[in-house]
Amino acid sequence: MTELRADKVSVAFAGLKALSGVDLTVTPGQIVGLIGPNGAGKTTLVNVLTGFQAATEGAVLLDGQPLGSLKPHEVRRRGIARTFQGGRLFRDLPVIDNLEVTGVGLGQSRAVAIAEAEAMLDWVGIAPLAGRIAGALPYTDERRVAIGRALMGRPKFLLLDEPAAGMSAQEAAELSALIRRIAVEMGCGVLLIEHNVGLVLGLCDHIVVLDSGAVIETGPPEAIRASEKVRHAYMGSAADIDLPVLEVEA
Amino acid sequence: MGGLMQVVFDALSLGSLYALGALGIALIFGVMRLVNFAHGDVIAFCVFALLWPSVDAVAIIFAGNLPWFLLIPFTLAVGAGLSVLSEVVVFRRFRRVNPATMMIASFALGFVIRYFLLMLFSSRPKSILLLPGLSQPVEIFGARIPLLQLITILVTIAVLIGLTAFLRRTRFGLEMRAAAENFTMARMLGVRANRVIMGAFALSGALAAAIALILGSQTGTANIMMGASVMLMAFIATVIGGMGSLAGAVIAGFALGAIATVMQVILPPDARAFRDAFVYGAVILVLIFRPQGLLAARGTRERV
Repeated sequence: MTELRADKVSVAFAGLKALSGVDLTVTPGQIVGLIGPNGAGKTTLVNVLTGFQAATEGAVLLDGQPLGSLKPHEVRRRGIARTFQGGRLFRDLPVIDNLEVTGVGLGQSRAVAIAEAEAMLDWVGIAPLAGRIAGALPYTDERRVAIGRALMGRPKFLLLDEPAAGMSAQEAAELSALIRRIAVEMGCGVLLIEHNVGLVLGLCDHIVVLDSGAVIETGPPEAIRASEKVRHAYMGSAADIDLPVLEVEA
Repeated sequence: MGGLMQVVFDALSLGSLYALGALGIALIFGVMRLVNFAHGDVIAFCVFALLWPSVDAVAIIFAGNLPWFLLIPFTLAVGAGLSVLSEVVVFRRFRRVNPATMMIASFALGFVIRYFLLMLFSSRPKSILLLPGLSQPVEIFGARIPLLQLITILVTIAVLIGLTAFLRRTRFGLEMRAAAENFTMARMLGVRANRVIMGAFALSGALAAAIALILGSQTGTANIMMGASVMLMAFIATVIGGMGSLAGAVIAGFALGAIATVMQVILPPDARAFRDAFVYGAVILVLIFRPQGLLAARGTRERV
């Protein structure tokens, strides 16, 4: 069965536990939300899942097989792609080259990489930006390029690290629609890290809440919204505050 | 008119040398953040390669006697080969250290090459007669300039066009541009890091060889220090151009050539001996107003 699974993953930095015994599973076509306060260990978990950081204990399993100590580009070749906070594009290169170099890095020939890059930009809805220098793009377009780049080679799983940071409500809604298309049309399993809890509650099928490196709650959005533990983690008290829900276009 | 054109051609041909040298340094700095101070000694090594396998200047029996269509590829291969060898033997071991340590290693490598040449050929300059047909003058726009000067300029333009096409149109060029901007990210995306770095060294070494051919033909001598002066100006050009920016290195190389040539003309005769001091003074002024260089490469500011 195709799935990406973190199995009791722990990470310690100089004795300080960044993650302790975290379990998480993403299956194709599913959108899993990963939320939690700052410093909860969300990005560390993405780093472990993509080979950027070794787990101190536990394992990452792809289709039941442990990834072991594969390097990031080897993990990427197995079909696990990610984006980074802030995009991290090659800012001096044209948009199309950002995608093309990813395809080439995946082992595609240049012609195949160019063809897929063009098709991908079209699919993400930014085909007219192909020749623009990536560093000169507006913030939201830069994010779309980063997602397009991550989708090169049609990964089985896509890990998005705060893709909506700094976006307006309208822009976040458009991004949500794109993420849904990635899951539905591509059949890609998406792990979404996002501070915008409303976006996560409106978009995800399943949500994992981290606090201080440990999973404090998992379940569908309704269960997360109703959870006292989640409220407590976010608000520092059990105050009766409604978590907002962002409406997502189908 | 003739006099002015003469100055223009002098400036362009001197600028060409600096631009070629600066490109060689910037290519490697781009992918490795290494300022390769051994570059000048690679130039000298390539000049002395023309004397091989003899170490006696009066008995050129092999390379220096080759016809130009063999001589040029031979010298380019020597430069590229030595440069790649220095990567494999020395710099590869310094990948994870800070740039200052790598720079010191490059100084050390430069000394090793220089003293190797000194051991074989002694410090006395050797005379070499390289491509003698190139010294005859040609008349362009009323100026009589040596054919070699014209060829230097044309070769540099051809190298720049060729390198631009290579970087823009080939898979290797694409990987190199990505690696130059953000090596770590490029590597994480599966860009072939070792091949990109070796390619950069090969190109840089070939550029050093091109300078060796031009210098050897211009001066008619082989001198173990002959790469050092070009290297210094080329290094300054890469700093002014914005470390790692290829376009900046080329522009600054030509600008330095122009400044040096113009200074030679406009300075009073008594002050001409201090020409380089004026050139370096201009460099200080540029760096006061634009410390990041004319075209700062983004990769030097932002790294993953």
